[in-house]
Amino acid sequence: MKRIKLIYIAHGRSGDKGDAANIGIIAYDNHGYEIISKYLTAETVKKHFEGICFGKVERYELPNLRALNFVLHNTLGGGGTVSLKLDAQGKTLAAALLRLELEIE
Amino acid sequence: MKEKIRIASGQGFWGDLIDAPYNQVFRGHIDYLVMDYLAEVTMSILQKQKNKNPDLGYARDIPELMKRILPECKNRNIKIITNGGGVNPISCAKAITEVAKHLDVKDLKVAVILGDDIKDRIDEIISSGCSLNNMETGESIEIVKDKILSANVYFGAFPIVEALKQNADIVITGRTTDTGLTLAPMIYEFGWNKSDYDLLAAGTVAGHILECGAQASGGNFLGDWKSVPNIYDIGFPIAEAYPNGEVVITKHENTGGKVSFETLSEQLLYEIGDPKNYITPDCIADFTSIKLEDLGNDRVRVYDVKGLPETEFYKVSCSYSDGFSSSATLTYSWPEALTKAKEADKILRKRLENLILKFDEIRTEFVGYNACHGPLAKQIDEDDINEIVLRIAVRSRDYNSVERFGKEIAPLILTGPPSVTGFAGGRPKPSEVVVYWPALIPKNLVQHQVKIFEV
Repeated sequence: MKRIKLIYIAHGRSGDKGDAANIGIIAYDNHGYEIISKYLTAETVKKHFEGICFGKVERYELPNLRALNFVLHNTLGGGGTVSLKLDAQGKTLAAALLRLELEIE
Repeated sequence: MKEKIRIASGQGFWGDLIDAPYNQVFRGHIDYLVMDYLAEVTMSILQKQKNKNPDLGYARDIPELMKRILPECKNRNIKIITNGGGVNPISCAKAITEVAKHLDVKDLKVAVILGDDIKDRIDEIISSGCSLNNMETGESIEIVKDKILSANVYFGAFPIVEALKQNADIVITGRTTDTGLTLAPMIYEFGWNKSDYDLLAAGTVAGHILECGAQASGGNFLGDWKSVPNIYDIGFPIAEAYPNGEVVITKHENTGGKVSFETLSEQLLYEIGDPKNYITPDCIADFTSIKLEDLGNDRVRVYDVKGLPETEFYKVSCSYSDGFSSSATLTYSWPEALTKAKEADKILRKRLENLILKFDEIRTEFVGYNACHGPLAKQIDEDDINEIVLRIAVRSRDYNSVERFGKEIAPLILTGPPSVTGFAGGRPKPSEVVVYWPALIPKNLVQHQVKIFEV
């Protein structure tokens, strides 16, 4: 077992879709994509965002871009102009996910 | 048929760099300038402006921009396509024709796309069997019907194509998909058909890349962001499109920014859901089919995109008014900046409670500590914190409660914890909470019209 911080193997971008946020995570190379496609699961992401994401997390694979897309429901405090959050559009959530340390074999 | 066309993104949202479209026109060769001005909330803001003055309700930056670029665009036959017509594309077109007359630009055709605005047709649409219920929550529109501020159908590329076929130099639309603005010139120039789903998907993907302006060419880039050269002079993206659906994304030479596999892949993932089903009025694009080839020198080839047939529905975006919100900030300095800010928050909440005000939500964030990443923020030693911005926001359907909240902030300076500053902007005012209501409508219930204004 070793631990690897996501920020060293991937980058990404996040944004809003109503009260849901989406986070696209892109590996810098094929090896990085092998790691994220194996270890960066919807459950891992849901657990990481405990206290931020209050809905389900959907996960999609885009191997053509070495990328994963996560949709985090019930995350932005109502979204749009309803949300009282400073980051009402989830712009900084991709960076927040890059804090994650993956445990890999 | 042209061998290729160059479509330039001039604006990623209303409020983007004023000089971006000017630079796209003047710093290199382009055939089309496309500009996205509309976000979900923008339509309701424009509707309010139109309610106050029937000549407003469109992006007022447009006539100002035309003063700078219209003669050049006419001379070089650069066509302009924008959804900045908002809820009043006719007034926008008229303002442009005024500019043209003033600058002595002749033989100009400005086309307007109408029919997307269904605000005054809601009862008729419901009675014809379309519920307009919230497509995400399933709620009935009856609960918000009387509070609706704006209601618009998202048109796709084909109404714009119709306008281009009538030799329009400029096409002004209301609510059109951002992707449709870029796809339309490809359909028009290369003679693509409604059933060429792979080609329509290829143009849609190009549109998705262009729709947020420089977010595709090195802006807001979370990869190696420090490697983006001369970002102060960032070049907005350009799609070089070919008849077979291949597109090369690039930017003008001698501009800053970066077009690479990394910058484009970030933009391709921006605000998407299921990547296999990117639904537009024109087609369904499969983002898992997209291939990118980084050609170097800020050129990336986008190819092999696959598409599926369009759905039978248009998306409708309604907005309605639902209460008020307000936010305020105060800044606390070392020592114990975070403790002071937390104490001030407690004091304020106790005072609001004693005033028996009604709030749906009170939210506190400590900017400099946890406002962005909440519980994921790293714990830090209080002594290492130089300063903290306390940010408190409230929301309520009761206007008076929100207004009174605004009056309780400044007093904290003299009646709360010490070393506090940063309250110079006056009392925060309540602002209207506008809620977005997405729905679907069968395509046969909506007809678009193309109207041409000539100079």
